[in-house]
Amino acid sequence: MTTTTDRPPTGAGSTIPATSGPQSADAAPALTGVQRLTFAKAITLGLRRAMLDDPRVLVMGEDVGRLGGVFRVTDGLQGEFGEDRVVDTPLAESGIVGTAIGLALRGYRPVCEIQFDGFVFPAFDQITTQLAKMHYRSRGRLTVPVVIRIPYGGGIGAVEHHSESPEVLFAHTAGLRVVTPSDPAQAYTMIQAAIASPDPVLFFEPKGRYWDKGDVDLGPALPSSGAHAEHGQAGPRDDEARPAGASGALDTARVVRVGTDLTLVAYGPTVATALKVAEAAAAEGTSIEVVDLRTLSPLDTPTVAASVRRTGRCVVVHEAPVLYGSGAEVAARITEECFYHLQAPVLRVGGFHAPYPVAKLEHEYLPGVDRVLDAVDRAMGY
Amino acid sequence: MTTPPPGPLSEVGLVRLLTPAGERVSDPRYDDAAAALAPDTLRGMYRDMVLARRFDTEATALQRQGELALFAQALGQEAAQVGSAYALRRQDQVFPSYREHAVAHVRGVDLADVLRLFRGVDHGGWDSAAHGFHLYTLVVGAHPLHATGYAMGVARDGLVGTGDPERDTAVLTYFGDGSTSQGDVNEAMVFAAVNQAPVVLFCVNNQWAISEPTTKQARVPLANRAPGFGIPSVRVDGNDVLACYAVTAEALERARSGGGPTFVEALTYRMGAHTTSDDPGKYRSSEQEEFWRRRDPIDRLRAYLSAIGELPEVFGAELADEADALGARLRTEVRAMGKPATTSMFEHVYATPHAVVDAERAWFERYEASFADSEEGTR
Repeated sequence: MTTTTDRPPTGAGSTIPATSGPQSADAAPALTGVQRLTFAKAITLGLRRAMLDDPRVLVMGEDVGRLGGVFRVTDGLQGEFGEDRVVDTPLAESGIVGTAIGLALRGYRPVCEIQFDGFVFPAFDQITTQLAKMHYRSRGRLTVPVVIRIPYGGGIGAVEHHSESPEVLFAHTAGLRVVTPSDPAQAYTMIQAAIASPDPVLFFEPKGRYWDKGDVDLGPALPSSGAHAEHGQAGPRDDEARPAGASGALDTARVVRVGTDLTLVAYGPTVATALKVAEAAAAEGTSIEVVDLRTLSPLDTPTVAASVRRTGRCVVVHEAPVLYGSGAEVAARITEECFYHLQAPVLRVGGFHAPYPVAKLEHEYLPGVDRVLDAVDRAMGY
Repeated sequence: MTTPPPGPLSEVGLVRLLTPAGERVSDPRYDDAAAALAPDTLRGMYRDMVLARRFDTEATALQRQGELALFAQALGQEAAQVGSAYALRRQDQVFPSYREHAVAHVRGVDLADVLRLFRGVDHGGWDSAAHGFHLYTLVVGAHPLHATGYAMGVARDGLVGTGDPERDTAVLTYFGDGSTSQGDVNEAMVFAAVNQAPVVLFCVNNQWAISEPTTKQARVPLANRAPGFGIPSVRVDGNDVLACYAVTAEALERARSGGGPTFVEALTYRMGAHTTSDDPGKYRSSEQEEFWRRRDPIDRLRAYLSAIGELPEVFGAELADEADALGARLRTEVRAMGKPATTSMFEHVYATPHAVVDAERAWFERYEASFADSEEGTR
């Protein structure tokens, strides 16, 4: 290589040291023990552990490399793993997902970042007609273990197309898994489970919670940091290499607060809201059980139904519009499963059938504590 | 104003090694590649083109008899398909559209299996990894991105530019003139170029996207777009099997050696309908069809082989028998493709258990079983 200086500096490469190859991971924090982390950092470390674990894992998307993503979720990964594994892609979502499918067919495990919820739609065709159906149409011969990370939801005062909740559009498509963590510990575990899954996973990250902090058990230290230095054709993955505690993380809901009077079903950004509601209701003498769905596809109806059989009442809360939303699906299934246990109709609280409004109105649009409490009161009043 | 730019069907600059009459013409850039084809290989090409055409004829007849739900003929495109496919190596990977039957055949896919899709018993039909031949993609233009991503993986696997002909690997993807208007094909060119992916983008310009001529897709030759992406391109006479082989061999070798992507446009003609549901009489003239019938790619190779004394009568006779046998086998095997088990619709939706699929399948099995019970009860 020659060092020419007769060209004008163009782009970041002229001023920032190149990060073309993997660099020493010495500076990276140890991946072990319990640490207090933000939601975003928990995903970063989950990605990092998955990449250390399996040389086939790639991260790709717009600005995920040098910048570390607009939310810095991939911060530091390119420096550690190199440009071949943390790929700054052209600005084309369909191209990102379409090439990820090809990489997966070659044996890689791409983790795509869609920069914002409202920008996933150029990739909608690749996700629904190609990614979702590859395993099915090949009668199981082909697997496409692609993870698509999508920061979603509102509450951050953003401009148009930056606050949407399109999760149901994907949950309606057979062949895709659709999951969403609600706190840092869940995020750390679930991103690794998503990457380890042989199925395509839409991983919805509640961007309004990126700065929330929580204790995360990072698990045992990795035996060696040399895994990512290995470069070559992918071989079969040992199932035992999957993250501890990930079992069920992509399949089941979980009860995050026990109660006796009403079941409040939430997921992603509204779980924290639901917990606040439960706190407020407890002060007024109402005992609320909070269920975090975690996954919309599959939908863990048994966990919700078991809760509703105990409480007799159910309210579902999500940021996405109520019309044809996941609340409708939960309500229908709970009505069918728990008809003789219900003391009130299943109520839904969510966004309105209007495009996501301007930032100055999002507080009123989003299902906050007061609107959920209103629904709780109505359910309790039957 | 100077002279107008050449239209998308211009034949100026097409690489051609055989004239429509089958006369060998020289092109210094590609003569060596063509000369390297031994007479046996040329006869192999001829054989595969004839068999592919027989497949077309039989499949169309089977559709007319109600044995296939639909069929998409490749009639007239045999040279573009066979010529390019002969340039592939075992380790190369193909991402076809839904009309590359002759390529499937060259890659060792049983042509009967290709009809499983059209019979309505399978969405795929063959083991794509075993043949280096991916399943057909019916969403027009979606698969060049898969090819590009696959090629990016090949590069990451270190299988480009090693100099070992057994290891260096390229990816070849076929798509039509209509699909070049899709965003995905253009995005594939962006990704292929910036990654210098070892992929050959092979555009089969058969002049028709169902009823729309190429002039509804472009003002200039489709291959002219590629250099704007930083991808070299070449236009070839798609009815000239030698030229199609030579340009594809060069493009694949560029990919394998680390030279990045190439865009090949093969100008041919869809002699048949878009599919058996289509009626070309509504949108194109019989004069045009007749013009292209006189440029038949199989006639061209036959004329050349005969002229150089490499098509003995006995070969032609054996080939005719082989084609008849293929036709008979296709008829038998297609008719034997029965309805899949109803519960197979629930299989392979996911690679790991999914509670909703499992519950719906269990319900459906009980539902079906309930009829069996009542039928037994009435006996």
